Amino acid sequence: MMKNIGIIIEMDDGKVKETNFGMITMARAKNVRVFAFIMNADAAGIKEDLESFGVTDIIEVCLAPDLQNNPVIRAKAIINAIKEYHISMVFGLSTAMGKDLLPRIAALLDSPLVMDCFYVDFDQKIVRTSQYSGKTIATIKVTGEVSVFGIRPNAIEPVKVQGTARILRFDSSLLVAKGFRVLKTGGTDKDTSASLAEAEVIIAGGRGMKNSENFNLLSQCAQKINAAVGASRVAVDSGWVPYSMQVGQTGEKVSPKVYIACGISGSIQHFAGMKTSGMVIAINTDENAAIISNCDYYVVADALEIIPALTKILGTD
Amino acid sequence: MQIYICVKHVPDSAAHITILDKNHIDENISFLLNPYDEHAVTEAVRIKNNYPGAEVIAICFGKNDAEKTIRSAMAMGADRGVLITSDKVHDSIVTALALKTGIEQDGTPGLIFTGKESIDAEGMQTLFRIGALFDFPVATNVVKLDIEQDKAVVDCELSGGVANTYEMSLPCIIGAGRGLNTPRYPTFPDVVKSKKKPVKKISFADLNIKVPLTGMHIVELEPLKQSRLPKEIKGDADIVAKEIVRILKQEAKVI
Repeated sequence: MMKNIGIIIEMDDGKVKETNFGMITMARAKNVRVFAFIMNADAAGIKEDLESFGVTDIIEVCLAPDLQNNPVIRAKAIINAIKEYHISMVFGLSTAMGKDLLPRIAALLDSPLVMDCFYVDFDQKIVRTSQYSGKTIATIKVTGEVSVFGIRPNAIEPVKVQGTARILRFDSSLLVAKGFRVLKTGGTDKDTSASLAEAEVIIAGGRGMKNSENFNLLSQCAQKINAAVGASRVAVDSGWVPYSMQVGQTGEKVSPKVYIACGISGSIQHFAGMKTSGMVIAINTDENAAIISNCDYYVVADALEIIPALTKILGTD
Repeated sequence: MQIYICVKHVPDSAAHITILDKNHIDENISFLLNPYDEHAVTEAVRIKNNYPGAEVIAICFGKNDAEKTIRSAMAMGADRGVLITSDKVHDSIVTALALKTGIEQDGTPGLIFTGKESIDAEGMQTLFRIGALFDFPVATNVVKLDIEQDKAVVDCELSGGVANTYEMSLPCIIGAGRGLNTPRYPTFPDVVKSKKKPVKKISFADLNIKVPLTGMHIVELEPLKQSRLPKEIKGDADIVAKEIVRILKQEAKVI
């Protein structure tokens, strides 16, 4: 039987964010139509990008311009589109936006939802995700007419495919959000740092960074390779960097392809936020640091010497 | 005003997790108040202090042992507790139904707090389901909260320290984020006092909730196996940097 899968596409500055392509690749299967929902964006401009990864139908969800940033309106519009196009599974990224939008959709539909999935079996309706601070992998079976899944960024490698997509316009300009108003949006990530949840490479600093200024060394290096800069709780609690940069149990949970830990000892709580990373490279002066025994590569040295050397080489490439 | 805080009894993040019977954990470990809920309790108590006569109630859906977590919330300033007991672990859909019904039977919520997520199931959704059941607006990862006459103004943090500001009518659901406040840890007298505060126990069965057919069922839990085999990169800073670049290019293929 034909299945329709709806994917909520995250845009940045009129472009499809790279992390969507892995998610689209994941949704592709035999007897599946892949619907891409885009909200208040020009579908024609991104058609080629989306169809080259297997999207068959691009749904331009049109919201009232003054309400387009309202997550309640966005959730309701997606729900209407789900019904209109007989969608049985909804995918969205487990990013800051997804963590706000996907539960709203699932709650209003009374549908099952699993966040941060890195594997989805369409036929069995079984997904896999992390639980207990990344210490366990849970295999979860969902029951319901429509299921909603938050997909872990970078969970699978995007693979291109031949295909064409049609564009359909879906008007959702007449929705209301009862008791919920947007007063101010913080704006898009216009600074140079990539978002932690989606970055392919994260360079993170801990106690070994010693002060706030030294974090600039990490930023300079990160800029060369479009990496994001993270921090351990010690660095945040010492006031060197803002809380929003914290990776760990009570910070951001990340799964980059490469995690470079600079002067981070590797507490259980820190591992809870980054153990699902692809490769871990640790730079630490203490060869007995926990992170040294649980990484792929390690350097027993001062990150304050290694990182500038790395920045220099990356600059000459 | 009655302020409810939905709290969860979760394994200590430092505890070793052992899996039993394929899809359960060995609960013979230390459990505590979910860390995000600490921010919720602290904020609820702060709001209460501006409203003479207001009451803060910590409500929990869990096993009998979860009373300890309610006691922790009361030591941090909640006035009383409600524990809905069940021997089983339920999914977010049932949990939201239980909490909603429990709150409704207990009083009239003017404001409902939760943590933005629990550190065990990491489902990130119960607050939205409670909101949908009550038809109350919901905000998650709230890092700033102002209660005005009949509305709440919240800052919700997105990635990279960027926040959106929303205005919600009351009652509403606030999902506390870590940036909201610094939890107020109890003193010894607080702990002593909390032992005298009342906790009402209701059995889940007595709520007469019709468990829906839709849901999420954990089929299997497995420990995450880390098969990392640490290899040392030796040499001076330049040699090490060159080797890291080679690894990023050839092995990780990220540059």
